[in-house]
Amino acid sequence: MSSSSSVLKAAHPVAAIDVERIRADFPILNVKVNGKPLAYLDNAASSQMPQPVIDRFVRYQTAEHANIHRGVHYLSEVATAAYEAARVRIQRFINAREAREIVYTRGTTTSINLVMHGYGRQFIGRDDEIIVSQLEHHSNIVPWQMLCEEKGARLRVIPCNDAGELLLEEYAKLFNSHTKLVAVTHVSNALGTINPIKEMVATAHQQGVPVLVDGAQAVPHMKVDVQDLDCDFYAFSGHKMCGPTGIGVLYAKASLLEKMKPFEGGGDMIVSVTFEKTAYNVIPHKFEAGTPPIAAAICLGATIDYLESVGMDGIAAHEQDLLAYANDAFAEELKDVRIVGTAAHKAGVLSFAVKGVHPHDVGTILNEQGVAVRTGHHCAQPVMQRFGIPATARASFYLYNTLAEIDALVAGIHKVRKIFG
Amino acid sequence: MDHKNLYQEVILDHNKKPRNWGRLTDASHRAEGLNPLCGDHIWLSVKVDDGKLGNISFEGESCAICKASSSMMTTNVKGKSVEEAEQLIREFRDMATGKLDTGSEPNHLGRLSVFAGVRDLPSRVKCAILPWHTLHAALNAESTVSTEGDRDPVGATER
Repeated sequence: MSSSSSVLKAAHPVAAIDVERIRADFPILNVKVNGKPLAYLDNAASSQMPQPVIDRFVRYQTAEHANIHRGVHYLSEVATAAYEAARVRIQRFINAREAREIVYTRGTTTSINLVMHGYGRQFIGRDDEIIVSQLEHHSNIVPWQMLCEEKGARLRVIPCNDAGELLLEEYAKLFNSHTKLVAVTHVSNALGTINPIKEMVATAHQQGVPVLVDGAQAVPHMKVDVQDLDCDFYAFSGHKMCGPTGIGVLYAKASLLEKMKPFEGGGDMIVSVTFEKTAYNVIPHKFEAGTPPIAAAICLGATIDYLESVGMDGIAAHEQDLLAYANDAFAEELKDVRIVGTAAHKAGVLSFAVKGVHPHDVGTILNEQGVAVRTGHHCAQPVMQRFGIPATARASFYLYNTLAEIDALVAGIHKVRKIFG
Repeated sequence: MDHKNLYQEVILDHNKKPRNWGRLTDASHRAEGLNPLCGDHIWLSVKVDDGKLGNISFEGESCAICKASSSMMTTNVKGKSVEEAEQLIREFRDMATGKLDTGSEPNHLGRLSVFAGVRDLPSRVKCAILPWHTLHAALNAESTVSTEGDRDPVGATER
């Protein structure tokens, strides 16, 4: 399945991260669960926040808060400057060409819905086709189904193999003159598969079809360069990358944002309003109606500062070490536990099924040992259907996780098997 | 909470060897129960004769808590009147949601009180209650129940 963690470590050209020092930045990791140390292995659902980001929130609310883009008073100018500085921070983090290509949203789901409403409803019509993949989260399926229903368009699905890897030859065959959009995940939340997005974008662009990438599980864990990928839309969330909930990002090429209709109407997205006609604001403000989560946006900027101070390459390498260690432990000690999703190119996600035991029972017993995992269909029921299972238990890793926590996971699964003997 | 409070011998036994497993061919009432969040999915069939529950069977895919609760429910309601079954449904719901303390308040639950521990695990309450929902639906001629949203007939989502 994989080589041992020590071998992998030696192969990494990047400096190892100092996990103990990092853990000291996350106060929540000191929480005890049922009297046991917390092993937080549910990072694909949501991640924890480091003290510098918590401090940034406190500083904002203590000394900088006012509404933005209006008012000439001191606090409004401070808040506006911080809000827009965070946008530039995000732009640089994903290497967008311009800051106006960064639209603040409520999260990945809202970002995708924004594209559905602002782009899809305008440029996708009857008998048109949208390509999604077998690996999508519901949030990258349902909006497109809603659009298909409204417009009389069709969804086409890229299949995957038994390892959970997309079949690229099949993908290429799905294109025809009706294809109007590809909507595909960068990293599968349920299986961890890292899709070859750059190659997939190139395939679509050869056919003149734009590509939306769901990056919710990618941006927190690896360097993402939207210009290198050449994707047209890229969506991600703050809370999966150690930032706050309620804030996310839609990156889109400026030329597309210019063509798109606003998603929501209201204040801040206009330049002038009369009862006869409203003139919309310039991008990205055209898409940011109403008072946004200002504090959350500013904290997302601070989150990026934190992640970059650790180093994205170091984070990715650490997660690969954890994954390799877990794979080895499962292979040696838990032979009858099925790992679902065994792609060659995989993020730190381990979905598994314990023979004869429902994932919810696994999750409850692991919780009693202080081990937090996600159980269920992971909002990806088509993935579960593909593998013929109703649900899995899923451990997902981040920069602050340790080998000892994986040992706790393995010991917890032994306990599950003992109870259900 | 320690697992010993919930994953007790009797629950593990009913999970391993569910009683009254299958589907009745001559059922008078049937219902399907679905817990969409965790994927528990059961089918219940029961033959009601002269106001009494006769044969009753279930099958499906579920976690241990749901399967054991289903199994123990079938053994407990068999032979009871519809009214007695409805009373057990109410009492089981109240116990699972923490409104009935089986140790100090009068009830008819008997061995079913092994499920009292789910009250400390809000995410698992629905697993234990699903078969009881489904029986309630079957007896009231509803074909499907879900533990989500408006179709939550016994209010397990209040917590």
